[in-house]
Amino acid sequence: MTALILEQLLNGLQLGVLLFLIAAGLTLIFGVMDFINLSHGSLFMLGAYFAVLFQGLTGSFFLAVTLAGLGVCVVGLIFELLLVRRLYHRSHLDHVLVTYGLILVANESVAILWGATPIFSGLPESLSTLVALPFGISYPVYRLLVIGVGIVVAAVLFWLVKYTRIGMRVRAGATNRAVVSVMGVNISLLFTLVFGFGAFLAGLAGALAGPLLSVQPGMGETVLILSFVVVVIGGLGSIKGALLAAIIVGLIDTMGRAFLRDFLSAFLSARVASEAGPALASMLVYILMALILFFRPEGLLPMQKRS
Amino acid sequence: MRKTLATLALGTALTTGFSAQAETVDVGLILSLSGSGAVLGTEMQKGADLALEMSGGKLGGLEGHFLYEDDQRKPDVGKTAAEKLIRSEKVDFVIGPSYSNVMMAVQAPIVRTGTILISPNPAPAELAGANCDANYFSIPFQNDQPAEALGLHMNEKGIKKVFVVVPNYQAGKDVVEGFKRTFKGEIVSEIYTPLEQNDFSAEMTEIKTADPEAVLAFMPGGLGVQFVKQYDQAGLKPMADLYTVFTVFNGVSLDAIGAAAEGVYSVDQWTYDLDNPANKEFVAAYSTKYGTLPSNFAAMAFDAVRLIDGAITAAGGVEDKEAVRAAMKAASFQSVRGDFAFNTNQHPIHAMYIARVSKDEATGALAVRNEGMIVDKMADSYAAECTLE
Repeated sequence: MTALILEQLLNGLQLGVLLFLIAAGLTLIFGVMDFINLSHGSLFMLGAYFAVLFQGLTGSFFLAVTLAGLGVCVVGLIFELLLVRRLYHRSHLDHVLVTYGLILVANESVAILWGATPIFSGLPESLSTLVALPFGISYPVYRLLVIGVGIVVAAVLFWLVKYTRIGMRVRAGATNRAVVSVMGVNISLLFTLVFGFGAFLAGLAGALAGPLLSVQPGMGETVLILSFVVVVIGGLGSIKGALLAAIIVGLIDTMGRAFLRDFLSAFLSARVASEAGPALASMLVYILMALILFFRPEGLLPMQKRS
Repeated sequence: MRKTLATLALGTALTTGFSAQAETVDVGLILSLSGSGAVLGTEMQKGADLALEMSGGKLGGLEGHFLYEDDQRKPDVGKTAAEKLIRSEKVDFVIGPSYSNVMMAVQAPIVRTGTILISPNPAPAELAGANCDANYFSIPFQNDQPAEALGLHMNEKGIKKVFVVVPNYQAGKDVVEGFKRTFKGEIVSEIYTPLEQNDFSAEMTEIKTADPEAVLAFMPGGLGVQFVKQYDQAGLKPMADLYTVFTVFNGVSLDAIGAAAEGVYSVDQWTYDLDNPANKEFVAAYSTKYGTLPSNFAAMAFDAVRLIDGAITAAGGVEDKEAVRAAMKAASFQSVRGDFAFNTNQHPIHAMYIARVSKDEATGALAVRNEGMIVDKMADSYAAECTLE
């Protein structure tokens, strides 16, 4: 039983880390630029496709994942320069309209380039094995690697935001944009960089998720919803909040799926439990979001914002 | 005299004009051609196109026209498409749709107008029993059949402990119901996952802990790609055999899963290596045209077009709807499955096979290959409730 619970905790952590990689970019862009980017999921999808493309070209999985992240970063920068920067001063509704349109364009472009059906994205031999952990758990190496990458990215992000000059400006930009630009900071360059970095994180997440998921047009939309939940729970614009919320959401979702049915059958008949268990498990995350919105509308660890 | 000649000429022109119009057959195809449902829809399109091409663009000797409509796997879009095909295009037949949820929305509006509807894939239980209709034909199976056949196969193999994973929607529940109808062993656990869930790590851990002899999974479309990959990555393949229905198929599905699919079982009414002349001709033509082995979805769409072709030939045209319906019911065509007949509810009576993913000797590509017949001349469980003659 201990082994089962520990393994499910690892599963939850892995899902949480993946969600964090996507939500971090989303929350940065929202927090700093006050820009709602629905097409973030499309950048995730592009990451997965680029990883497949680069793996075919270079033959190295790690190189492919890195290049995919950078490739999506470039796409993000182009987006920002051509389109997104014209929208900052417009209303949220305009952001939503344009970036929703971008989702349609991205899905259709991918379908034209690679076909509407899933494409193959596999793992190298060395990563598709199991590793023995304490308590008799044997766990897929690749999922451990995803957890590792997530932790490293989180650490780098904290260092960047907390201890570097650019991080200071990002924090300042999130707190009070007008004052930052009055102080002589090139705010439009800052925005471009943040958008590109957010795109890089989404691309990295997509590249890492590719071997686990089915790489096909529209694959970004399902993760987008969950990562918005993470952003809302964590507090808009807060990296720390995003990390905390991503881990909580990952754990709740996984533990709910794994144990809720057995838990319910302790009180209810087996039939009711097997009907209600999965239904309730898929709702848990949203119930949590509703509760957070009710009791802490600004999220778990909100940014301090003055206007 | 001159006038008479002119009138005669006009008369002839009119007659030929009318008969030329009557000599075309319009077939509307409502398929999921975009979005995540396109995985199956495009396969069906390929199969149908090939069938028309192989008969020289003719259906039963008449000029055949295909009108494609994309339902995006959405019931409301499918319904609009159906109404367009019936009212403004006035098609003679409709083939489609690709998924059960769209079928439930389009079946009634189509059959009510007297237009013949042929399902190339979904055959929900609701339409096979008391609600069967003279204008509705299911070409591939009744949805429960593969799972029922799998139950029989596992009984025969002596498999006692089975773990079931299906998506939490009607078709998933139908599969479990069908399996329970025949399977005599113990179902150690049945898990219903949300349709939008794409990471199955928690389920894989549960399977490992339950330690079953076999796993039954139904994961349609892209879900199948993810599930089979993750099953392999979790190291479960050596622990429990994976049995699937409607999950792995030749071409896009196996290409996307890769080596992780090797050894996975599937229950099907057709496999590409069935030994009959119609099938050999179909597989050869398909491989030449598209460069891959055909999937069962392509094969069923191919059969659907062939059914129309055979019925028009037997009825001598499309004018007499009664004659066409009778000819369709007689199934006067060569199915790629070999033996094929319609039951009273116009669902198939046919053989079910156990198949396994392994390398095709000729091409080296992974394929769902026949491992033997489970049951011959299998009828579905709902025919008795249907009151059609």
